[in-house]
This record gives sequence, C-alpha cells and structure tokens, in this order.
Amino acid sequence: MPILDIKNCSMHFGGLKAVDRLNMSLEKGELVGLIGPNGAGKTTVFNMITGVYEPTLGEIIFLDKKLNGEKPYQITAYGIGRTFQNIRLFSNLTVLDNVKTACHLHSKEGMLSSVIRSKRFFEEEKDLTERSMNLLAIFGLDMLRDEKAMNLPYGQQRRLEMARALATEPKLLLLDEPTAGMNPQETQSVMDLICKIRVDFELTILLIEHDMRVVMGCCERIVVLDYGIKIAEGPPEKIKKDPKVIEAYLGEEMK
Amino acid sequence: MRFRRTVFIISILGFLLLINYYLPSRMNPYYLQILILIGINIMLAVSLNLINGFTGQFSIGHAGFMAIGGYSSAFFTYYFGRNLIQGLSSVILFPWLAKSIIFVLALILGGTLAAVAGLVVGIPSLRLRGDYLAIATLGFGEIIRVMILNIDAVGGARGFADIPGYTNLFWVLFFVLVTIIVVRNLVNSTHGRAFLSVREDEVAAEAMGINTTYYKVYAFVIGAFFAGIAGGLFGHYLMYLHTNSFTFMRSIEVIIMVVLGGMGSITGAILAAIILTILPEFLRVVKDYRMVIYSLILIILMLTRPQGLFGVQEFSLQRIRNLFVKKV
Repeated sequence: MPILDIKNCSMHFGGLKAVDRLNMSLEKGELVGLIGPNGAGKTTVFNMITGVYEPTLGEIIFLDKKLNGEKPYQITAYGIGRTFQNIRLFSNLTVLDNVKTACHLHSKEGMLSSVIRSKRFFEEEKDLTERSMNLLAIFGLDMLRDEKAMNLPYGQQRRLEMARALATEPKLLLLDEPTAGMNPQETQSVMDLICKIRVDFELTILLIEHDMRVVMGCCERIVVLDYGIKIAEGPPEKIKKDPKVIEAYLGEEMK
Repeated sequence: MRFRRTVFIISILGFLLLINYYLPSRMNPYYLQILILIGINIMLAVSLNLINGFTGQFSIGHAGFMAIGGYSSAFFTYYFGRNLIQGLSSVILFPWLAKSIIFVLALILGGTLAAVAGLVVGIPSLRLRGDYLAIATLGFGEIIRVMILNIDAVGGARGFADIPGYTNLFWVLFFVLVTIIVVRNLVNSTHGRAFLSVREDEVAAEAMGINTTYYKVYAFVIGAFFAGIAGGLFGHYLMYLHTNSFTFMRSIEVIIMVVLGGMGSITGAILAAIILTILPEFLRVVKDYRMVIYSLILIILMLTRPQGLFGVQEFSLQRIRNLFVKKV
C-alpha cells in the first residue's frame, strides 16, 4: 500500500501543461528523488501534493485520503511537510520561534488558556520549547536560538527550513533543492542529515535536487520529469544510463 | 500560585478604585480629560496593532469599529439602561453595583457588535493584499459611518445626545489594562506566533499547518472588539456622539500611533498613543502653528526612525539590565 499515490495528475495553467498525466507512487520509508531540467514541473508537483495548487486532472491519495482541493494547512495536518526552493523562513522571528511556530499544529493551547495563562498554557509552552530545541540541536542550530532568521548565513537558513518542516511531525517530507547553492562539505553534511532524519523520524522522503552526487548517493529510486512528463523511473544505476534522461538532462559526463 | 495571582488582581483593582476615588476631585479637569482620552487611544492603538502590526493586515477602518461600539452601547444605556438599573437595584440593593453591571454589559454589547462587524469586514478581505485590503477596510469604515448617520434612533445628523456619563477613570484604566493584557498574552503564545507567521509569509505559514484564514479573521474580530469597547467608553464620557468623530481621519490617527510606536510592539503602541494624545494639547502654546509643528514632528520622526519608537521590540526588564552589562 503506497503512502502517496499520484494518479494520472495534470496541472494546466490555461494552455500550458506544467504537469501532464503524472503517475507515481511512494512506499512508506522510501527516499525518492525527483529530477529534471528547470521548468520540468518538479516544484509544481510539490505544490499539487501540498495543496498550493489543485490538480486540473487526476487524484492524489495520501494514506487513503484524497488531497485534491484540500487547503494546505489541512494537508500538513495529515502528515506532509515541506521545504521551499526559495527559502521562506519567518524572517523577523527568531530561529527558535520559527520552529515553535511550526509546532502550532500539535499544540494544545487554546486561545482562552493563553489569555488567562492557565497552568496548562505554561506546561504546553515548556513542552513546545523543549521539542523545538531538540530539533534545532539535530541541525546544529540550538546555539542560534535567539538569532533572527534573516541574519543567518544561507546554509543555516536551509537547515532551519528543514528543522521547521520536521516540527510539523510529518510522515512524508518533501525537500525542494535542500543543497542548492552549497559547497561540497555543506552538501555532504546535509546529505548525512537527510539520511539520519529519515531513520530517526521514520520518514518517507521525496527530494528535488540538481546535485547529482546527492541524488545518486542518497536516493533509492529516481523519477525524471521533462516538460511536465515523466520520462523515466527507476534505481540510480538504470537512470544514469537511460538515453532519454541523458539527452534531456544529465549530459554525457554522468556515464 | 493561583492564590497569589488572585490576590494580585484584587489588589490592582483596589488600587484603581482608590485612584478613581481620590484623583479626579483633586485634579485639573483638563488633565483628567486628557488622561481619559489617552486611555481610549491606547485601547485603539493596541487593538489596531494586533491587526496591522502583528498579523500584517493593512486595515484603515478602525474608526468604524469604534463607532459601532460607541453607538450600540449608548443605544443600550439610553433606551434600556435606566429601567434595567432600577430593576437590578431592587435585587442587588447597591445602586452603584447595578449601574456598574449595566454599564459593563453595555460596553461588552458594543464590543461584541463591533466584533461581528470585524467578522463581516474580515471574511471578504481574506483574498485581498496590501493596498487593496486597505481600500476595502477604508470603504467599510465609511459604510458603517454613513449607515449610522442615517439611523434616527441614534440621532442621525444631529448626533446622539444625553448619553449617561458612566465613564470614569476606573473603567478607563480597567479596560486599558484588560486590552493590554489580553493582546499581550495572546501574542506571546502559539496563537501569537500564528498571527506573526501570517504577517511574515502566508504561504509558508499554511505549509506549517497554520490556518491563515482563521487567524486573519480572528485578528480583525479581537481588534474590533476592543475598539468597540473604546468607543463605548468614549460615548459615555462625552455624553454625546456624532459620526463626525469616526471619519477615516480618525482611523488614520490610530494608524499613525501604531506606525510611530512600531508595528509589532505593544509597548510602542502604548507610548505612541500617550505621546500623540498629549502632543497636540502641549502644542497649543504655539497657537496657530500647532498642526504645522505636529505634522513636522511626525515627518522628522519617520525620517529618523522609520521602524517606529520600539520597532518590533517590547519593553522588558531584561533589556534594561542588558544596558548596564558590558557585552564580552
């Protein structure tokens, strides 16, 4: 039983077919890569899954729930977390508050108990802070807890995005170019982090990436998109040699 | 812990009662009036700050909420107040207590109706951003004002006169404290973070599981509620209401307070409300040039400190302590 099932999904913007009849599914615990040239429709697929767009055609099923037409916050509540290609942190909030905000979903603080400051409120806040700090520690950001998110260097902002997504307690994590703009060391440490959190948090991960070291190194299976159409799917070894993929995207050197 | 807090609350209330008992009779009535107006402006600025500063919804119709609160509470006390107080006095035996209960009831009624208006304004505004939202809220404010202007039961173009003068320093201080505490406690909680996330990045907020629609509307509802109470206090102080007090210029005055104080700072809003209520009075010395100087001061302040007096910070004892500690 796949955890995520995208059935014949298309995304049309007027006459433009950004995604055309996509069929793919994810089994629980998999780490799958989604690659393709820029403009292939990868982030559009993410946006369809997370409810930013409603698919023009087709269905997306997550754990027996149909996601089509649901609001993004509802889909997050079902257990899908994501990061963004262009970082969307809460810039003026501190590092800690960015993560605590994402814990809101699972917080039991009511408006009334917040206003009258009941005992439950203090316990809940303490719990939230503790959970958030634990997440920050995994990403090496706990020392920066009071720093404003916008003051962080780029690499740490990307890590914060991931920590924040994890705070929503997802079962499926969508990572949109997590290593974009990073040097080889940073890329390696992010790769290791992804593998670690996948095990520690029992996640299924769908990863958009352009860095082939990450894709070939981490992913068990790869789906390749080009102009909105899936042109290949399979393990890294098979994709590396696929002539269609080489022509559309990889180029000759990957062989 | 709970006992200590209850004792604290009771002693604050007692303190406010004492202030109300001694101060007004010993005070220059002009200064008393300014004090009461400061209180009302603080309530307006802090409540607007929740909508504009913390949730990032550009609303310039706040005077409309104030008008609804003022007029509906006055309607209640004018037409039903005296009878209700007489009836209640025979049960409770203390007329001052009956009067207080009816007054608070009237204020809450005003606040609630204003909150309903906040709902009506908030929901359609959801899809609008920035300038467009501002224009829509401006429109709503004017619609409310003109609607009230055409209701004869509340005086119409002649204004609503003979409103009982129930507002005193105690009630103003009381509701100012309530407004500040409610807004502050809300902001420093998971809900506050939700409001802020709507301001910072709506798409990301939704992706992190926050119902941005709900929080945008909620900000309007709560902000409108306290503006309504401020309106009620205002009406029962002047004992006369006219829609000319609730034009969009009034909304702009409140916006100026929020911007000057720093959008996203409760302390800033409070300070700015105080300064901007006192300043025009203080400038009466320069007679004809009063408004010129006032405007100049605002311009200079915005040029030198565009983020407002407090920016996004709050007053805290920790910050004062930090001033005296050398950073290693």
